[in-house]
Amino acid sequence: MRFTWFNLMPWPYLPDDFREKNRSVWVDIDANLFDPVKGHKLYNDYMDLLEYAGTLGYDGIGVNEHHQNGYGLMPSPNLIAAGLARRTDNVALVVLGASIALYNPPLRVAEEFAMLDCISGGRLVAGFPVGTSMDTNYCYGTIPGLTREKYAEAHELIRRAWAEREPFAFNGRYTKLRYVNLWPRPIQQPHPPIHIPGGGSLETFDFCIDNTYSYSYLSFGGYIRGKQLMDNYWQRVAERNAPDTSPYRAGFAQFICVAETDAEAERLYAPHVHYFYNRCLHVYPGFADAPGYRTIKTIQKGVLSQYAPGTLFQEHPWKDLVDNGHVIAGSPETVRQKMEDLIKGLRVGNVFCLMQIGDMPKDKCMYSTRLFAEKVIPKLRNLFPEYADDGRFWCHPLPNRAVPAELGQRPLVGAEA
Amino acid sequence: MELKTIATHRVPVRYYEGGQGRPLVFLHGAGGVEADLGFLDSLASRFHVYAPLVPGYGDSEECPELREMLDFTLHTWDVVDALGIKNPVLVGFSMGGMIASEMAALAPHDVSQLALIAPAGLWLDDHPIPDIFAMMPYDLPKYLFYDEEAGAKALTAGMDLGDPKFLQAFLVQNARQLGAAGKILFPIPERGLAGRLYRIRAKTILIWGESDKLIPPVYAQAFQKNIAGADVVMVPQAGHLVAFEKPAEVVAALSSLS
Repeated sequence: MRFTWFNLMPWPYLPDDFREKNRSVWVDIDANLFDPVKGHKLYNDYMDLLEYAGTLGYDGIGVNEHHQNGYGLMPSPNLIAAGLARRTDNVALVVLGASIALYNPPLRVAEEFAMLDCISGGRLVAGFPVGTSMDTNYCYGTIPGLTREKYAEAHELIRRAWAEREPFAFNGRYTKLRYVNLWPRPIQQPHPPIHIPGGGSLETFDFCIDNTYSYSYLSFGGYIRGKQLMDNYWQRVAERNAPDTSPYRAGFAQFICVAETDAEAERLYAPHVHYFYNRCLHVYPGFADAPGYRTIKTIQKGVLSQYAPGTLFQEHPWKDLVDNGHVIAGSPETVRQKMEDLIKGLRVGNVFCLMQIGDMPKDKCMYSTRLFAEKVIPKLRNLFPEYADDGRFWCHPLPNRAVPAELGQRPLVGAEA
Repeated sequence: MELKTIATHRVPVRYYEGGQGRPLVFLHGAGGVEADLGFLDSLASRFHVYAPLVPGYGDSEECPELREMLDFTLHTWDVVDALGIKNPVLVGFSMGGMIASEMAALAPHDVSQLALIAPAGLWLDDHPIPDIFAMMPYDLPKYLFYDEEAGAKALTAGMDLGDPKFLQAFLVQNARQLGAAGKILFPIPERGLAGRLYRIRAKTILIWGESDKLIPPVYAQAFQKNIAGADVVMVPQAGHLVAFEKPAEVVAALSSLS
């Protein structure tokens, strides 16, 4: 099993009446709600948490990309990952990911991922999301009906740039480059492992199967609601005659809160979970799904955005959120049982642990993070022993990696001259 | 009006045809042709009307090869050619007005009469056009109609978004139609037309609903400024869907062209 401690980096200062007074937490969120001075502290707290998780035995620490979003402070996940690369070791940097269709030219992503892989000594797990409609279409202006074509072309360019050792010309429809000549290139060959976050479209299932990429369902709906979609994925894996059904072909994101007892978990974490569901997911439905973003085939399959009208969460009591699996919360034993259900039920080798939730303060988050690492993860480690050697979907760091020099102990070469 | 199909270079195109007189080609807006069928019926008493659907609209085949403005412009000329029409009265509403303008600018010697009904295609920073791609169905009437209540009734007749089956069909239609429209209208309905309008040689009339809240009437002046000799007809008590709300006035304005 691979456990990645994932931070969405929500803004924790949305007012109590946010839902009533604001149309959306995303795209046209009231810019006055952001306070850069508070942001300074927050970014550092959030990076502290990621680094802390990196010391506890999590396999990876994870970041992702959102724009103009009250629950995501990372327009550039690569910047955060670069910071983490210097202060962590022995933990994968999971960038899930950079929205490759949004960069002009998308070669930028190939370069930045190569830099991250070099700085971290081969610890990069790369993610290539199409991006939500909010990010890709409404914030970044990509034409919905052309988004997937643009994405496919960006993917082709990045893969070729990583693979080839001679300058080549790339005559794409969206990107034309005379001299593609990647410098630097990633340590991991032929390329860092690639995970693709998806929302259930058949095209994305097939894309992962065809390229041996791991399919990640980053839902906020929890593992019980997520089962249908993951079943569809595994059914597709079977239909397409994939060479194996390794659980590492799949990943799932889950909110997790651990305390000493179930009652303590509710007392400590319920307000922060409510903050997330009731404020952070308050997305104006007009931004959920730009017409043309989702393919007709996918709509006909009944796959809708998790932000579409009627799918958002209302004022659910804690008990409901726990009972229906939105949140896995409780004592280490309660959490272990449910995590086992999740892992086996969904057949996922990669779990993205969402442990910083809503406006949860740092100390509570560290408490939950440590309990999960010490009392839950060890009991879940070997659920798929037959695939223990499957290294296709995870990073392969250099055995001997550089260590950043201590501040103040830098050699002052040439200082006397 | 009769719904027919004609083969073109890229895809079979569905079009409405009816009436007698001078050939007139009507290009519909992003909402489709349905709301204008009554108006087209009235037009058919004076003109031989052809109203082709943009690929993906109604039951017509989609055309992924249409990606940018020039593709839409040339494709629509392909349709006119396939229909065997020479020098039609070219009429376009909203998105269709944008396409018609481009056609007349691209081939100025092939269009001698042009009617632009609340056309898209220009952008004034001081008068931003609301984002139709981020609107919920219930938001639309206030931008489209002078008489919101009557407009809403017509727009939502038979609509029940609470019915999952209907919702799915509605979403598919939206993805097909607005997905195609988005290629030239998203995220800003402007693709450089302002720099090409000077090429238009046709006698041009600009028809606008005085209470247009989607593309406000100030855009009429912006078009007029760039098209030599263009006339403006402002229709009182009409919104963006001026031909739906005031068909007789629009037919009269069009008749003054020829």
